[in-house]
Amino acid sequence: MSMVIITINGKEFSAKTGEMVVDVARKNGIYIPTLCNMEGVIPQGSCRICTCLIDGRTMAACTTPVSHRMNVETNNAELEKIRTTIVELLFAEGNHYCPTCERSGNCDLQALAYRFNVLVSQFKQIFPTRNVDAKNPKILIDHNRCIQCKRCIRRMGGSGKPAWFSFKDRGHKVKVNIDHELTADFTDEMAQKAMDTCPVGAILKKEKGFDVPIGRRKYDTEPIGTEIEKEGAKL
Amino acid sequence: MDNHKSQKSFVADGNHCSCDCSSLHTILAKYDNDSSRLMDILIAVQEKAGCIQEKAVKEIAKALNLSKVDVEQTLSFYHFFSDGAKADYAVYLNDSVVAEMMGREDIAKTFEEEVGVTFGKISEDGKIGLFNTSCIGMNDQEPAAIINQRVFTKLTPEKVRKIVIEMKNGKSIDDIVGSNVENNIKKQGPILTKDIEVGEGLKKAVEMKPETLIEEVRQSNLRGRGGAGFPTAMKWKFCREAAGDKHFVMCNADEGEPGTFKDRVILTERPEMVFEGMAIAGYAIGAEEGILYLRYEYKYMQSFLENVLQEMRSKKLLGENIFGKFNFDIRIQFGGGAYVCGEESALIESAEGKRGEPRDRPPFPVVKGYMQQPTSVNNVETLSAVVKIINKGAKWYRSLGTIDSTGTKLMSISGDCEKPGVYEMEWGFTVNDILQMVGAKDVQAVQIGGPSGNCVNPAQFNRKVAYEDLSTGGAIIIIGKERDLLKDVVLNFTNFFIEESCGSCVPCRAMTVQYRNRLEKILRGNGVAKDIEAMLEWEKVMKTNRCGLGHSAANPILTTIQNFRELYDAKLQKDTDYVSEFNLEAAVQESCKAAGRQPNLGGE
Repeated sequence: MSMVIITINGKEFSAKTGEMVVDVARKNGIYIPTLCNMEGVIPQGSCRICTCLIDGRTMAACTTPVSHRMNVETNNAELEKIRTTIVELLFAEGNHYCPTCERSGNCDLQALAYRFNVLVSQFKQIFPTRNVDAKNPKILIDHNRCIQCKRCIRRMGGSGKPAWFSFKDRGHKVKVNIDHELTADFTDEMAQKAMDTCPVGAILKKEKGFDVPIGRRKYDTEPIGTEIEKEGAKL
Repeated sequence: MDNHKSQKSFVADGNHCSCDCSSLHTILAKYDNDSSRLMDILIAVQEKAGCIQEKAVKEIAKALNLSKVDVEQTLSFYHFFSDGAKADYAVYLNDSVVAEMMGREDIAKTFEEEVGVTFGKISEDGKIGLFNTSCIGMNDQEPAAIINQRVFTKLTPEKVRKIVIEMKNGKSIDDIVGSNVENNIKKQGPILTKDIEVGEGLKKAVEMKPETLIEEVRQSNLRGRGGAGFPTAMKWKFCREAAGDKHFVMCNADEGEPGTFKDRVILTERPEMVFEGMAIAGYAIGAEEGILYLRYEYKYMQSFLENVLQEMRSKKLLGENIFGKFNFDIRIQFGGGAYVCGEESALIESAEGKRGEPRDRPPFPVVKGYMQQPTSVNNVETLSAVVKIINKGAKWYRSLGTIDSTGTKLMSISGDCEKPGVYEMEWGFTVNDILQMVGAKDVQAVQIGGPSGNCVNPAQFNRKVAYEDLSTGGAIIIIGKERDLLKDVVLNFTNFFIEESCGSCVPCRAMTVQYRNRLEKILRGNGVAKDIEAMLEWEKVMKTNRCGLGHSAANPILTTIQNFRELYDAKLQKDTDYVSEFNLEAAVQESCKAAGRQPNLGGE
């Protein structure tokens, strides 16, 4: 595999051809906020939170492969505003009540809101009517909290077909649809994997919760992205 | 506006789907149990049974080695598919801006009165269902509706009453009077003029080397006529040079941009030219297979187009060993009702039997397109122009239009004017030229390029229609002075984008709704100056969307803020920067009712 040189925030890095900008940045201790992206899962670029200035154009860092002499700017006031607005859009679009959610403190959406200092969404809440699907013996799907990132669709059951999870409908009515027949014999491990795949509290493992008390969870102690930035500081 | 565009949310009311297992298996066998032909399978079942119920979904999934949710994700994406309720006659009445201008409201009311149900519902006997649909490509003959794949245009309340009686009597759709589509070619230019024999362009093309052919097209400066304006020769060159087991030509006939109907006219009047253009493209890029992706709204053309293809095969203009040089054949792929499929990568996804969600780029379709193979997607009009360019030469083509916009453009013109229809014009004419030509008086605004384009004001009517000034895929909607531009046009267009977003990118899915809500707040008289500032600011977020639909979904609002700011300003509350729309009385009503108490808002 051939190597290329790219510039991120004024510094030069070498990267493998075909690698995505967001991964190259992460490896080099530069945090680009993401939500629909997950390491090791085929990227799809739907939340647009990782939007960066790439060669002067706004592009999703998770779906843009590096190329030789590419110039990436990962953050500035305008990009931060775009990211903040997207987080606000997601809060207004669904029904997110952090204090009662099992994922509070471990939730990527909530953590991004804290990182961007979102105290209240600039958008009026939509308050959509959505349901909770508890048919599966091991997991429950709370559509109120779903942000349609498709991580479960892409990661669970392999990337091929037949799919366990998929989208249904389109536009603002789009929702995750679980194949109850194929997932009927979910093991505890699969249920845990599904829950860990979800960046918010839309997929929860049944009969288990609040193992780690609120206040001592992942993002309770330090903002999202700190891990990556700490690594960067060592480099 | 009522957004019941799909039948999905309706209960079956005991109308059971009638696709029996044997006919389902015939359909599946016809498509070799191939999951990439899922669209064709769903269309066939829908047409056979009137809906695609759970039982059929399960059978299809089993045969194609898919899961139930795999089938459902495609099925639920397209608004002409129904997963539950079924009507013998499904009436899809266009609810686009021009339909409204031409009296859709009366037509809808008459349908509702005569059928006895409101839009979004099916009559109790299961005979007639009434549904809204986005622009059906009949803007020059609105109000219009599609009933069981037949198009009924220029509807009047009397016509509607007759149609409903005949539907109630169970008459076959082909025997119901009034199904008629006019072509309305009002100005014929060099592309539409029939001055060469079918096959002449192709014959000349195969006499050249593919590289020479591409060079000739490059010399002509032809750019894609779907709206984006990408140089055609460059697309072909990239595609030809891309490595793959096979190459494909796809003709984009999904024209979903409200106000566009010129591709329908080309396909009805000069279908041979389109297919010939596809064959030339096939020769140029090294493809043996072509796919015409046709929007479902034009399903009525199917047998006509199939006959044309058959005729061309018998003349050896398609099939094997064309002019002793190459093999090329074409199949027709229908969509299922989704505007976003006009975006080339979404079109490819759809043709592969999937949801019409645009792909991430790179890779571009010329490198990895249909079935992950190099694919050139070209518009109907682009491919037609190619035939004439090869026949008459690039130099001739360059003599038409302007330096940056060579050749001609087919314009679909509709709205408040005397002579709506298709006009073939040399690029470089002004908006005023159009208005004069079509007999438009007292014009308030002109929508150039459909909802995703630009709404221009009278001070801009001397601007040129060309890639270098007002670029367009050809839809021109003329809006008269008597119209309420923000409510009748901008709100309608914004609702259109909400409905047609694929739902993948957050800003497109969620921001379009917020734009609509903010516009409605202004229309209610509760807007403030900050609302306008916010809507302008949000544009930056819209520009992060993956595809062209997402980039332009706010254009109806953004271009009218730019060009008709006074209309917004007139509705804003002055001297305040916040208007609470909170109504305490309404908010407590429900809980008061539950508690059996009277609201006591005075606090006494």
